[in-house]
Amino acid sequence: MSDTMLSVENLSAWYGAARILYDLNFNVGRGEVVALMGRNGAGKSTTMKTIMGLIAERQGAVKFNGHDISRLKPFEIARLGLGFTPEDRRIFVDLTVTENLDIGRQAPRSFPDGTPAPSWTPEKLFKLFPNLGEMPDRLGNRMSGGEQQMLTVARTLMGNPLLVLLDEPSEGVAPLIVEQMANTIIELKKEGLSILLSEQNIHFARLVSDRVYVLEKGQIHWQGSMMDLAGNLEVQRAYLTV
Amino acid sequence: MTFSAFLFQALNGLSTASGLFFIAVGLSLIFGVTRIINIAHGSLYMLGTYIAYSFATKIGGVFGFWGGIVATALIVGVIGALIEILLLRRIYRAPELFQLLATFALVLVFNDMALWIWGPEDLLGPRAPGLRGSIEVLGRRLPEYDLFLALIGPAVLLILHFALAKTRFGRLIRAATQDREMVGALGVNQAILFTSVFALGAALAGLGGALQVAREPANLATDLVAIGDAFVVVVVGGMGSISGAYLAAVIIAEVKALCIGIGVVDFGFITVNFSKFTLVAEFLVMAAVLIARPYGLLGKPQGAVRSIAEPEEPIRPATPMLKMLAVIVLAGLMGLPLLAQTQPYLLILGIDVLIAVIFATSLHFIMGPGGMHSFGHAAYFGLGAYGAALLVKWLAVPMGIAIAAAPLVALAGALLFGWFAVRLSGVYLAMLTLAFAQIVWAAVFQWEGFTGGSNGVIGVWPPPPFDKAWVYFVLTLLLTVIAVLLLRRFLFAPFGYAMRAGRDSPLRAEAIGIDVKRVHWLAFAIAGGICGIGGGLFAFAKGSISPETISVGRSIDGLVMVLLGGIQTLTGPIVGGSLYAILQDTVMRQTEYWRALLGIIILVLVLAFPQGIVGAFAALWRKRGGGP
Repeated sequence: MSDTMLSVENLSAWYGAARILYDLNFNVGRGEVVALMGRNGAGKSTTMKTIMGLIAERQGAVKFNGHDISRLKPFEIARLGLGFTPEDRRIFVDLTVTENLDIGRQAPRSFPDGTPAPSWTPEKLFKLFPNLGEMPDRLGNRMSGGEQQMLTVARTLMGNPLLVLLDEPSEGVAPLIVEQMANTIIELKKEGLSILLSEQNIHFARLVSDRVYVLEKGQIHWQGSMMDLAGNLEVQRAYLTV
Repeated sequence: MTFSAFLFQALNGLSTASGLFFIAVGLSLIFGVTRIINIAHGSLYMLGTYIAYSFATKIGGVFGFWGGIVATALIVGVIGALIEILLLRRIYRAPELFQLLATFALVLVFNDMALWIWGPEDLLGPRAPGLRGSIEVLGRRLPEYDLFLALIGPAVLLILHFALAKTRFGRLIRAATQDREMVGALGVNQAILFTSVFALGAALAGLGGALQVAREPANLATDLVAIGDAFVVVVVGGMGSISGAYLAAVIIAEVKALCIGIGVVDFGFITVNFSKFTLVAEFLVMAAVLIARPYGLLGKPQGAVRSIAEPEEPIRPATPMLKMLAVIVLAGLMGLPLLAQTQPYLLILGIDVLIAVIFATSLHFIMGPGGMHSFGHAAYFGLGAYGAALLVKWLAVPMGIAIAAAPLVALAGALLFGWFAVRLSGVYLAMLTLAFAQIVWAAVFQWEGFTGGSNGVIGVWPPPPFDKAWVYFVLTLLLTVIAVLLLRRFLFAPFGYAMRAGRDSPLRAEAIGIDVKRVHWLAFAIAGGICGIGGGLFAFAKGSISPETISVGRSIDGLVMVLLGGIQTLTGPIVGGSLYAILQDTVMRQTEYWRALLGIIILVLVLAFPQGIVGAFAALWRKRGGGP
């Protein structure tokens, strides 16, 4: 792994009195797709929200391209080039597809070494997600779950991120869309984006990920390459199968 | 009424509607994005009229008038931005009730500020340069300025509509209204967005107020009248809908205009003056809309607001030690009459304190265990007080019957208003209860022939032996103890458990067979009835009752009492009520500007303990126990 883009050190988080995360340590390199895997309630989404600055009660350091972002506000984090697509999608249902994309719009940016990051326009995104291109004026609440999922990803890409936190993109969408989502991730990786993916579905994760961290009850229990996890039925049985 | 007179009144109503629309739309926009009900919005409107008056008279001429109106809107916008930056930004995460209280504190401060700067007299500005004349419509003379007002409302509606639909700022407002956290996670600086929305809303209110300068005098009572009207408009039109706000403003204004237009009608057997029923009519419109469409004409059901506050601790029965303490305090109070010889004023203060305790505990009953934040508890106090006083005035009933009737009158009122109130929750409920209290106040104020109007009812003195302060004190003490114990009994009965279950988890409570709305409705009525006892006692203690004593200020007093004592315990409102009554008696009387003083005290409380006083201690305790 060449340059580390995102590194998380001893990250812990609480919801009120309940501790959710326990001293997590992991990192994502440039151009890498890293999967956080684990069952429902393992702490995957909380990890992403904490990185994004959405959980106030937290400890530990988060570094993004060398910046300490653990005390920044969500909008400041987003403006450094960290994109976030939440699990529950949270698209703006009273806005059209185009308007949703506009909310996510940010200026183009470059990687720390000066190479320009992939820059996105609605036209380019409509090529990536042809379904969206067919309904630019549709309101968010008139879209299917899969279409909403695509819109969430597209909206985040409008911010021209360097790294995307992709929270369970395969959840609750039709198999055809899952496949399309996997292709999209591979496409994004080719463009040079780094991705931290949270996923319970190993079949999906193995299509796209390079490395894996396995979470259970807010702790990392296993880490390694995707290849190793695919061959390790014991870990899969212990932490992934339902 | 002829058809032409009817049309004429309708046109007049449209110009009133514009004013209502300007306040309501700003209120609605601000709530949508920040989730804060800005009670001070009426004050911004009032300031608008005053500032525009100063421009129009000090500078004068075309520039002073029209330029002054524009400048006023900008100045009030800046005031709004400052409010957001200096105050609200610190309390976005605080409990809803605190936010409401903080904005109410601003009402008090602004009111005294206006009194200090402009004095207590009504100030009518000059007529609008260029629009001084009137045109003939259907044989009547309609002032040009009214016509201009009637047109500017829809014009601003169109501009706003276009701006929300077509500009990035508008898209951001709409997106943030739905999910402000997500907007932040997409790289939008919420702080700037919130400040600008607040400034925009404030500027609209300021513009609305400024435009009234040539039509209505600037008046210190405008702030609460305006916010009461705006609440009704927003509830009728639907929160967050700007078209709904205009539609509702037109409906309300037209209904009022119609009432005034009909005027006195002789039905043969009875003569009714409809112009006295403008507020009742407003209430009836709101009631009808709420029954048919609980979220307003063009509103949408709001998603359940995610609660950020910690769940409340269960209420525990008093410990033996606390019971002992209560007995000692009670014994001390029984001994108070012995001091009556040397310190007669002590008994008067004692009666005030006990009435405050009834007021605070009954409010706490629905606020704490019921989770219903009533901003209009004064209504039931007033119904009790006026119920008793009017019985004496018109039917000359003995005091015993009048005091017994007081809670029944209040109960009847609470049953009626509560039926609507429990259909809403959170800030909507707060707004509705405040609007109801405004209506009771206004009904009392307007219905001069029956209630004595602004003079109130006088000569409600207790007969012997109660004319002796110590006897009346003992009676008050007895009734207070009964009231408090009764409320406590309700809380520890299955009814009280059902009420708390309904507060904590309405869906689950319904799933186990509790009719949550019904339970909360009854709780609301009980609280109102008990509060009526306090009102009845108050009328006889003072020998009179006037609209001023039942104004919104009293409702807010109740909230401060409950918050002072802490909402989580049953002793809280008793302590808070007593403390507040004593404070009011000693500190508040020292200055003419007691409203501002009270406002500042509330602001300090809110800023120092944004999680509530008890919450602050709990947080401190958690910090020491580990965790971040």
